[in-house]
Amino acid sequence: MTKPMTEPLTERQLGMATEKALTPPPPGNPVMRLRDVGVAFAGRTAVRGVTLDVPEHQVTALIGPSGSGKTTLLRTLNRLHDLTRTAQVSGQVMLGDIDVYGGSISPTLLRSQVGMVFQRPNPFPTMSIYDNVVSGLRFNGARRKALLDEAAESALTAAVLWDSVKHRLKAHASMLSGGEQQRLCIARSLAVEPRVLLMDEPTSSLDPQATKRIEELVTELKTRVSIIIVTHNMQQAVRVSDYCAFLLMGDDRAGQLIEAAPTTKLFEDPSDERTLDYINGRFG
Amino acid sequence: MAQRAVLERDPLKEDQGPDGITGKRLHLPVMPDGLYRTILAAAAALFCLLIVALVVTLVVQARPAFVHFGLGFLTGTNWDPVHVKYGALPFVIGTLETTAIAMVLAIPVGLGTALVLVHAVHPKLRAPLSTAIELLAAVPSVVYGLWALLVVAPWVRSIIEPDLARTTGGTGPFSGPQLGIGLLLAGLVLFVMVLPTMVAISRDVIASVPKEEVEGAYALGATRWQVLWRVVLPSARVGLLGAVTLSTGRALGETIAVTMVIGNSTAIAHSLFSPAATLSSVIANQFTEATEPFHLSSLIALGVVLLAVAVLVNATARLLVRSVGRRSASSVALA
Amino acid sequence: MTTLPAPDPNLARREEIQRLAAGSENRRKIYSGVAMSICGVFLAVALVPLVSVLAYTVQRGIRAWSAAFFAHLPTPAGIPGGGIWNAIVGSLIIDGLAAAVAVPFGIVAGLYLAESEGRVAGVIRFAADVLSGVPSIIIGIFAYIALVRGLGHFSAAAGSFAIGVLMLPIIIRASETAIRSVPSTLTEAGLSLGARRSTVARRVILPTALPGLITGVLLAVARGVGETAPLLFTAIGSQYFASNPTQPMAALPLVVFQDGIQAYPDLQMTAWGTALFLIAVVLVLSVGSRLFAARLGRVR
Repeated sequence: MTKPMTEPLTERQLGMATEKALTPPPPGNPVMRLRDVGVAFAGRTAVRGVTLDVPEHQVTALIGPSGSGKTTLLRTLNRLHDLTRTAQVSGQVMLGDIDVYGGSISPTLLRSQVGMVFQRPNPFPTMSIYDNVVSGLRFNGARRKALLDEAAESALTAAVLWDSVKHRLKAHASMLSGGEQQRLCIARSLAVEPRVLLMDEPTSSLDPQATKRIEELVTELKTRVSIIIVTHNMQQAVRVSDYCAFLLMGDDRAGQLIEAAPTTKLFEDPSDERTLDYINGRFG
Repeated sequence: MAQRAVLERDPLKEDQGPDGITGKRLHLPVMPDGLYRTILAAAAALFCLLIVALVVTLVVQARPAFVHFGLGFLTGTNWDPVHVKYGALPFVIGTLETTAIAMVLAIPVGLGTALVLVHAVHPKLRAPLSTAIELLAAVPSVVYGLWALLVVAPWVRSIIEPDLARTTGGTGPFSGPQLGIGLLLAGLVLFVMVLPTMVAISRDVIASVPKEEVEGAYALGATRWQVLWRVVLPSARVGLLGAVTLSTGRALGETIAVTMVIGNSTAIAHSLFSPAATLSSVIANQFTEATEPFHLSSLIALGVVLLAVAVLVNATARLLVRSVGRRSASSVALA
Repeated sequence: MTTLPAPDPNLARREEIQRLAAGSENRRKIYSGVAMSICGVFLAVALVPLVSVLAYTVQRGIRAWSAAFFAHLPTPAGIPGGGIWNAIVGSLIIDGLAAAVAVPFGIVAGLYLAESEGRVAGVIRFAADVLSGVPSIIIGIFAYIALVRGLGHFSAAAGSFAIGVLMLPIIIRASETAIRSVPSTLTEAGLSLGARRSTVARRVILPTALPGLITGVLLAVARGVGETAPLLFTAIGSQYFASNPTQPMAALPLVVFQDGIQAYPDLQMTAWGTALFLIAVVLVLSVGSRLFAARLGRVR
């Protein structure tokens, strides 16, 4: 919980890639398991046949060109597609030993265990910084002040925001910069103490400096939560992820998983030619 | 009343768009057509002149009453043309009471309806239901008056008022003879009449709450109601206030339906069941019978009071609804 | 960097939160369900008056309808066979005159707003918005002072004036919106050919904006036809046939009002029949304007 606010960056992260080659994800310990997962909107298939194990306490990146269904796939994991009436999810998603679509867990309870950070920072504009951070706790029935305070500090510290906002917790969230807002949203998700954190291109609306800080944050947070991050930026995937899944739109215009492997392996020695084409920038 | 709600949304929305198109059109280096410009400007000026004339005419005609009765015109409780006594307080109170009854009902019902329309109803039902409620706004107010007088009044007299009197013990605002017509019925018909405005604007304001905020709340494990109550409604509050204000403005000024059902008594009502009068209903009722000069001037003075309130309320509402538009437009631009 | 899972310092809190979330889940779900149901009931409540107004008006109004109802003049209470022919003609004359003045005036003012920026245009726009919220009875008083008093007697023309003033803000704002939606490339093309602005407006802008203009006009007329309050002290109503706008004249909404508040069943029936006719006219105009608006949407 006591992470230094700034850290040496590039060197450490560049080093990571090589280091990871020696330590592939423990295959026997996935936090989420996807089996033949497909998504269709109003009968049109958008993603099909994804089978993937998401390693625990690691950062898993979903990469691929636009239209490959990365975000669509991500939103199956916290059942956000339930909000779209025309969306239909098939296959099986397991969170630990809970069948996500099996009826044993409600979407609301699932979402308290699988948090999400969106493309654009989306703090609740009418709430203060503090209220934003504890909003998830309050949604989930937590009322005890001590618990809320403790969770807020812990989450804001983890999101490297505590020092800059601890004296203005009552200020409006809109007072923060874009990067700070995104870290506030990360803290808001962390405060609920989810097992998995989904991140949907969390830096796409941020400047390079803010992007860098979010990336550092992502690599730090994996001791606390397993992370699945969607990114269209291959360098970002290399920098932050341990494990990587490559998706591509097939001939039927539905996204499918081409291959998944430890990040170093995927980028240095992909098994599929299409992956090679993509990382060499031949399309997408 | 007809069509206002339907119409107003479009121009407001269009307002928010960038004006680059017309800006370009203006700055084109072409031969200026002087006459054309003059005609356009003349029409606009004539419109302004019309509004100024309206205000000045009313104020000038109302002046004798204001000068003669002073502030007592607003605080006087006695409206007695026979003895040349004109106090507007009963009508001010009647207007406020009927409007209050209407809004107490219209705010929860309108908001609830708008929330369901945007966030719960099946998408295929959304458009027909919205259209149906907007059709309520197209029905002329005199038809509401007829319906309220001949259909609702007997029902209020035989069911609503006895029930209210029984459950409350028949005291205070629920005492007195149960006539059907009166304050309560006027409030009820106003409620029905402002509902389309309330629903239509609230629906648009609620629908303009960014999807990111809604999904963000769901993603934290909120139930549907938590999302709506803790995120959507607070986020939409300025625009919703605009919807409430605009609806209030409608209720304050509505004339013909109220005139048909309020009973038109110039005494201050002591019960919801009593007949009463509003500023507009007393004008509608007495204007053509006003032979005595102070009577007419006093009625026009009531009109001036009503005009002032209506302008104030509507201007506030416009600014509120407009500021929302600007906010959501700018947040889109930020993206 | 190690990939060994670190001991989770937040485990205790995670467990408490999960317990709270699971423990409160049923309560939250029920609460949400009840609240949403109440909102659903409110939607039903909002629809009941619509159904009721339409159902009663149709059921009672249709009984009044007959060929004679539309073709005859009113008869005194108790004498059967009366009609609303004079009110139909009266409404046509009053609203037709109002529209004849307000439509061109409103469109030209709308053209001004669409081509102008800055404070003056902003003020006019705001004034139009506020005017559309001014109670119609106030406009009636204005028309009374301006025209009835001056002429010394009630007249349909004064009613037309009042209705026209009510139509104006609707036409102005709808025209501005429609004209603004005309692509600037069209205008520029016309101007670059050397055409005068007035020619471009007449040949390019107004024809292109036509569906939007018609939408606005139909909405304005729909509103004008149903207005009663401004006619009370202007056209005032009449039992006779009148086609001279300087004289008092019958109008459909006045018939509903004046007959509706009488205690005679046959007059009330006339009021219902007239109300049904009025609703039919207004709905046709509204639906028509929606169709034009939809067409406009497609063109855009």
